[in-house]
Amino acid sequence: MEEEFSFLDHFSAVSSTVKSVLGLAESLQVTLKSEPTVEEKGLIDAVIEPLEYTFIIRNEDLKQMLESNKDSAKLDAMKRIVGMIAKGKNASELFPAVVKNVASKNIEIKKLVYVYLVRYAEEQQDLALLSISTFQRALKDPNQLIRASALRVLSSIRVPIIVPIMMLAIKEASADLSPYVRKNAAHAIQKLYSLDPEQKEMLIEVIEKLLKDKSTLVAGSVVMAFEEVCPDRIDLIHRNYRKLCNLLVDVEEWGQVVIIHMLTRYARTQFVSPWKEDDNLEENSEKNFYESDEEQKDKTDKSKVPYAMDPDHRLLIRNTKPLLQSRNAAVVMAVAQLYWHLSPKSEAGIISKSLVRLLRSNREVQYIVLQNIATMSIQRKGMFEPFLKSFYVRSTDPTMIKTLKLEILTNLANEANISTLLREFQTYVKSQDKQFAAATIQAIGRCATNISEVTDTCLNGLVCLLSNRDEIVVAESVVVIKKLLQMQPAQHGEIIKHMAKLLDSITVPVARASILWLLGENCERVPKIAPDVLRKMAKSFTSEDDLVKLQILNLGAKLYLTNSKQTKLLTQYILNLGKYDQNYDIRDRTRFIRQLIVPNEKSGALSKYAKKIFLAQKPAPLLESPFKERDHFQLGTLSHTLNIKASGYLELSNWPEVAPDPSVRNVEVIESVKEWTSISGKAKKVKADEKFYSESEEDASDSNSDSESESESESEDEEKEEGSSEESDEYSSDESDSESDLDNKNQVAKHKSAVTEESDSDADEKTNAKLKSSDSSDSDSSSIEESSSESESDTESEYESRKPSKKEEKKTWPERQPNKKDVSLLDLDDFNPVSTPVAVLTPAISPALIADLEGLNLSASSPVINVSTPVFVPMKTHELLHRMSGKGLAASYHFPRQPCIFGDQMVSVQVTLNNTTDQKIENIHLSDKKLPSGMRMHVFSPIESLEPGGSITVAMGIDFCDSTQTACFQLCTKDDCFSVNIQPPVGELLLPVAMSEKDFRREQGMLTGMNETSAIIIASPQNSTPPVILQKIVNVANLGIVPSGQDNIHRFAAKTVHSGSLMLVTVELKEGSTAQLIINTEKTVIGSILLRELKPVLSQG
Amino acid sequence: MIHSLFLINCSGDIFLEKHWKSVVSQSVCDYFFEAQEKAADVENVPPVISTPHHYLISIYRDKLFFVSVIQTEVPPLFVIEFLHRVADTFQDYFGECSEAAIKDNVVIVYELLEEMLDNGFPLATESNILKELIKPPTILRSVVNSITGSSNVGDTLPTGQLSNIPWRRAGVKYTNNEAYFDVIEEIDAIIDKSGSTVFAEIQGVIDACIKLSGMPDLSLSFMNPRLLDDVSFHPCIRFKRWESERVLSFIPPDGNFRLISYRVSSQNLVAIPVYVKHNISFKENSSCGRFDITIGPKQNMGKTVEGITVTVHMPKVVLNMNLTPTQGSYTFDPVTKVLTWDIGKITPQKLPSLKGLVNLQSGAPKPEENPSLNIQFKIQQLAISGLKVNRLDMYGEKYKPFKGVKYITKAGKFQVRT
Repeated sequence: MEEEFSFLDHFSAVSSTVKSVLGLAESLQVTLKSEPTVEEKGLIDAVIEPLEYTFIIRNEDLKQMLESNKDSAKLDAMKRIVGMIAKGKNASELFPAVVKNVASKNIEIKKLVYVYLVRYAEEQQDLALLSISTFQRALKDPNQLIRASALRVLSSIRVPIIVPIMMLAIKEASADLSPYVRKNAAHAIQKLYSLDPEQKEMLIEVIEKLLKDKSTLVAGSVVMAFEEVCPDRIDLIHRNYRKLCNLLVDVEEWGQVVIIHMLTRYARTQFVSPWKEDDNLEENSEKNFYESDEEQKDKTDKSKVPYAMDPDHRLLIRNTKPLLQSRNAAVVMAVAQLYWHLSPKSEAGIISKSLVRLLRSNREVQYIVLQNIATMSIQRKGMFEPFLKSFYVRSTDPTMIKTLKLEILTNLANEANISTLLREFQTYVKSQDKQFAAATIQAIGRCATNISEVTDTCLNGLVCLLSNRDEIVVAESVVVIKKLLQMQPAQHGEIIKHMAKLLDSITVPVARASILWLLGENCERVPKIAPDVLRKMAKSFTSEDDLVKLQILNLGAKLYLTNSKQTKLLTQYILNLGKYDQNYDIRDRTRFIRQLIVPNEKSGALSKYAKKIFLAQKPAPLLESPFKERDHFQLGTLSHTLNIKASGYLELSNWPEVAPDPSVRNVEVIESVKEWTSISGKAKKVKADEKFYSESEEDASDSNSDSESESESESEDEEKEEGSSEESDEYSSDESDSESDLDNKNQVAKHKSAVTEESDSDADEKTNAKLKSSDSSDSDSSSIEESSSESESDTESEYESRKPSKKEEKKTWPERQPNKKDVSLLDLDDFNPVSTPVAVLTPAISPALIADLEGLNLSASSPVINVSTPVFVPMKTHELLHRMSGKGLAASYHFPRQPCIFGDQMVSVQVTLNNTTDQKIENIHLSDKKLPSGMRMHVFSPIESLEPGGSITVAMGIDFCDSTQTACFQLCTKDDCFSVNIQPPVGELLLPVAMSEKDFRREQGMLTGMNETSAIIIASPQNSTPPVILQKIVNVANLGIVPSGQDNIHRFAAKTVHSGSLMLVTVELKEGSTAQLIINTEKTVIGSILLRELKPVLSQG
Repeated sequence: MIHSLFLINCSGDIFLEKHWKSVVSQSVCDYFFEAQEKAADVENVPPVISTPHHYLISIYRDKLFFVSVIQTEVPPLFVIEFLHRVADTFQDYFGECSEAAIKDNVVIVYELLEEMLDNGFPLATESNILKELIKPPTILRSVVNSITGSSNVGDTLPTGQLSNIPWRRAGVKYTNNEAYFDVIEEIDAIIDKSGSTVFAEIQGVIDACIKLSGMPDLSLSFMNPRLLDDVSFHPCIRFKRWESERVLSFIPPDGNFRLISYRVSSQNLVAIPVYVKHNISFKENSSCGRFDITIGPKQNMGKTVEGITVTVHMPKVVLNMNLTPTQGSYTFDPVTKVLTWDIGKITPQKLPSLKGLVNLQSGAPKPEENPSLNIQFKIQQLAISGLKVNRLDMYGEKYKPFKGVKYITKAGKFQVRT
C-alpha cells in the first residue's frame, strides 16, 4: 500500500507539472487530477477511519456538515478542509458550501473560513463576491481584532473587481483609531499594489499619511509598504526621519530590520560621506585602527577641511547602536550593515563583536553572517583581527561553514598572525573532508602570495604535501605551487624536477596540466627533464584529458622553439595526433601552433616572433578572494548572499558630493527650524572639531527624551489622534529647550502631564495596557539622564577594551619576526617517518615554534614577576618619637622603598635619630617588641652613643604580614624607654613590579570577581594629565608603572611584600572628570584599604 | 516578503504548504531537492538557493526542512530568523517540532501561520500574544471545548499587541508566584593534540521561567557584571539601565523565555574542566589500529564533572572497533562511523578509559589524520566564568515571589584534536 501511495504521490506531482506546462488544457487536468486524488483520499481516510467512503460521498458528507446547523459539525468539516489545503490538495469544489459560513458567529469557524477564502477566492471570483458584504460589515465592527482581520481577508482575496472596495477600506482603516488596524492597513497597501499597480498614486497618499503615524506598531509595516510601492519617493521620508530614528528602539524587531535598511538607503542620499577624513586612515588602518578615534579625528580634522557630521546622520548612528544587542540576528545584521555603510570607518569597529556573537547561532545564520564578514574582512582587516580565533574551524562544522571560515582566516592573515594561522592550516590540510583540505591549500597559496615573508615557507610546505597520499590534496597543491612559482620563477629548479616526477603517479587532469605548463615555462631551467617528459606524454597523448592535451601541445611548442634538436620529431608527432583529435579546440590549437612554429613558405612574419609569443613573460596570477567583487552589494541583502542582483534589489547610492538641504527634515513648527539650522550652521562653521562630541551629547539626551515622550503618548494615540498637533508642539519645544540647557524640571513637568493625560483618557478596553505602559515608561524616563550621559563613556570603554589587544599584537610582532624563518610547514606529521600522535610536542617543532605555541596557549604559566626599582621615593618622614616626649631624643622614620636586606618579606624602614639634648645619649636600642602574631622585625644594632646635636640614620626591617597593623616596640636609651609604634601606610607594603600590558591584562583577568574592588571618583581637574596622576599615585603607593597604550588608562602593578601577591591598579579617566579606580588583588583587604587611600589623592587637587 | 512556506520531511515529502500571497506550485521545491542531492549531507544544503523565478531560503530543524519561497530582495537573515521563530513556536505549542506533531495539529499550525505572517510580513511572533489568540492544545481544553462548544481561538485583540510591552499578556494570575533563572554556560574550546588550548571561550545564557501574577517589574543584578563582554537581550530588558548600572531591569514575559545570552570576555582565562589523554594510531599496511583514550578532571572547582559523553567520527576506512571501557558503555555505528562513549561521572580515583583495537578495511591506505574527539559534559551548581547573580528585586506587585537561581556549566562545541 505504501508503494502505491508513493506512486500516487509521484503521479500527482507529475500531474501538477503537466498542469503548469500545459496550463490551459483543462480537460486533461481534470482527468489527471481527480483520478489519483480519489484513491489517494481513500487511502488516507482509511488510516483515519476504518469506514471506506469514496471521495464523492465524502465531499457530500463535508457539504452536509457545513450545511448543518450545529457549529461543532461545521467546525469539524472546516478543520478537515484546512487539513486538505495544508496538504496541497484541491478543495475548491467546496467553495459554495464554505463561503456560506463566512458570517458564522463562531470565531474559529470564521477564521477557518477566512483561511479557505484566501486560498481559493482567486479561482472562484464570482462566488467570492458573495462574502464581500460580510467583510464590509465587519470593517465597522467595534472589536478592533474583527475589523483588522476583515481587512486582512478582504485585501488578501485577489479579486480584481473589488479593487475600489479595497481602496476605500484601506483609506478608512488608515484613519482607524486602533494602531493594530492601521498596521493591517499598511499591509493591505502592498497587497492592493500587487493586485493592481495602477492604484499606486492613491496608495502613496495613504503611505504618506501612515508614515506620519507615531505608533511603533505601524512604523515597521508602513516602511515595508513604502519599500515595496514607492522606494524612490525619498521625499516622503524627510519629515519622518527623526521620528523614525527615535522610535526605532521601540519598534518590533521585524519592523526594525526594514526601517534600518530603508534608513541606510536614505542616509546615503542625504548626507555627505564621513569617510573622506579617513582616507589616510584607511591606508595605515593596520596601525591606528583602534587608536582613540576622537583624537584621530581631531588630528585629521585640523589638517584637512573640517568635516562635521550632520546631526541627523549622527542621530541615526547613535540610535541604532543599542540594537546591536538584539536577540534577533536579522536586526544585528541590519545594524551592522548600517554601520558599515554609514558610520565613520573608525566607529564601525563596534559591530564586529556582535557579528562574532551571531556565529554561535544555528548554521543558516552562521552561513549568512560569515559571508558578510568575509566581504568586510577584505576591506577592513583590522575589524575582525581580534576575533581571529573565533573563525577557527571545527571538524564538525558543515563544509560550507568551514570554507567560509577559511576564507575569512585567509583575509585576516598578516605578518603578525601568519605563523599561528599556518599552524592552524596544517590541521585543516589533514582534514578528512577533502574538499575542505583542498580549499585550505588554496588558502595557503593565497597567504603565500599576499605575505611575501612566508612565501618560501608556504612553498616548502606545499611541496611536502605533494607526497600526500590523497590525490585531491596533491592535485590542489600542484595547482597552487604552479601559481606561486609563476610569481618568482627563479631558483626553483628542484621543485620543478620534483613535480615532473609526480607526473607518473598523479591522475587529476588539472594537476597534470599545471605540471606540464610549468615545465614548458621553465624548460630552459630543466633542459634534460623537459624533453623526456614530452616523450612520455607523447606516448599517452590519446588517453589524456583535453585540458592536459592542450598543455602537451604547449609544452611541445615551447620545447620545439628552445630545444628543437631533441624534440622536433616528438613535437611533430604530437601535432599530428592533435590534428585528428576529436575535440575541436585541440585541433584548432594544433593548427595554430603548427603554423607558428614550423617554418614553411606559407607561414608569415609571425613565425619569427614565435619564441617571443610562446615564452613571453606572463603576469603572475593574482590570488584573490572570491568575495572581492561582492562588496558592491549592500551587505546583509539577498543579492549579496547570492552575488546576483535579486529582483527588487535597491541600489545603495553613492554619497552625494554636497549634502542636500538638511532643513527638509525639520518638523513644521517654525521655531524649531531656526534651532536646527543654527545648530547645523554652528557645527559646520567654527567649532566643528572641539564641539562636535559635546554637541552630539546634548542632542543625545534630547532625542532620548523625545522618544520617551513619544512612546508615552503612543498609548493615548489611539484615542487622541487629534491631539497630535499638540504633541508635535511638545516635541519641538522640547527640542529647543534641551538645546539651550537640559532642564530637568521641564522633563518632569512634561512627564507629569503625560501621566495625567493618560489617566484622563477614557478607559475603554485597555486600562490595563495603559497602566503597564505608564509604569514602564515611568521607570524608563527616570533613568534617561544618567544613561544618556553614560552612553558616550561607554563607547569609550568599548574602544579601550579593544585597543590594548591591538597593542598586544603589535608588541609581539617584532619578537616573532626574527623567528619567522623557523616557522615552517615541514613538521607536517606525514613527514615524520613514524607518526607519533602522543600528547607531547613532536621534536620536529622548532623551539621558536614552541615559544609560539606557548604564546598561543591561553593557560600558559603565569609570567615571572620582576620586582623593579621604585618609580618614586617620597621623602616624607613620619614621626616616631617627638623630642619632647623622648626627653630630647627625636626619632623619625621613612620608607626608602627598597627591598629589605634583612629578609624578603620585610619592609625596609629607615629610622633617623636626633639628639636634641646637649649631652650624649648612649646605648640606643630597641626592645620589648609587642608585635601582632606573625609579624617579625629586624632591629638595628644598638647605637653606642649619639653626640649632642648629632643625628644618625639606621635601617631596620619589619615584616608587616601584609597588614596595616601597628608594630609597637620600645625605643630605649641607657636610661629611658619610650613606647613607639610604626603603622605602615598601605602603599608601603608593596614592591613595584615591572610587567607588560599584556601580562597585566592576563593577570587582571585572573583576579576578577571577589578579587576586584573598584570605585568611581570625581577627579579634580588638575589631575587630568597623565604625569600628574602618575606622580600622585606613586607618591602614595609604591607601585610600578605599566606602560599603557591609552592616554586615559593608567596601570600600575606591584606585589605585596610579605606574600608576593600581585596588586594591580587601574585608573581609567572618563568623560566628565570622573575616573574609575580598579584594584585587582588576592589580598582584598589591602586592596580595599589602598582603594580608600587612593581615592582622596585623585579627587583632591 | 515571504511568499510561501513548504515543510519537507527527511524522505523528501512535502507534508504542509502555506501561501501568503498567490499560490506557488509545489514544483518549485524541485530546485531544493536538486540542491539537497548535490549537497550529499543535510547540513550542507545551502540555506539560500536561487531559482529562475524565486529564491528559496530554507532552514533545517529537527529533521525537517522549512523551505520558504521569496520573490524579491529581502535580508536573508530576516527570513531565516523568522523560520526559526516558527519552529520555536511549534516547539512551544506541541512540545516538539516534528512531522507527527505538526500533522496532528494541522489546524492549529495553520491558524498560527496565519497569525504570524500577513502578506509575508511578520505580524505577531511573540509567544505570549499568539497564545492569547490561539490557545495551545491540551487534553483538558479539548474536552471542555467539545462540551461547551467554546473554541481555541481568542476573539479579542491581545492586549500585548497594542502596549509597548507586547511580550507580556495581561491578567496573569498564579497562586504560587515563582521566578526561576537558569544560568547556563557552555565552554567552546579547541584543544590541540598536545593538550594546550587553541581557542576557548564561554558562551552563556540566562533562561528564565517566570510565573508571576500581574505586572511585575524585576531587576536582576550580578556580583560581577563586568564579566559579561557581549550581551544580547530579550526585548523586555531596558537597555539604558544596563548601560548605566549594569542591572537587568525588565517586565518579564509570562512563562519560559531566554532573558539574555552573553559571551564572557575572551581576556579571561577559561578553565577547562577535563583533560584527555589519547593515543590513537593506525599502523601502516595492516588492518588494525590502536585506540586509547583516558579522561580526567582538571580545574573543576571541587564540583563533579558528570554526564560525560565522547563522540568520535572515525575515518571511513574503519570497519569496526573492539574496545573495553573501564567505565560506562560505548557504541560504534559501522555505517555512520560514529563512536559514542557514554561515561557518566568522573571519579578522580579511577579515571575512565577506553582502550582497544580498530579494524580497518584491509588494503585501504591508513587515515591521514586522527579523528577529533567531541566531548560533552555537565557540571551542576557552577558557572565556570564565575558569574553570580547578586539579587532579584521585584517592584510593582505586592506579593513575595519565590526566587531561585540555578547554575550549570556544559561543554559547548568542545573539541579535542588528536
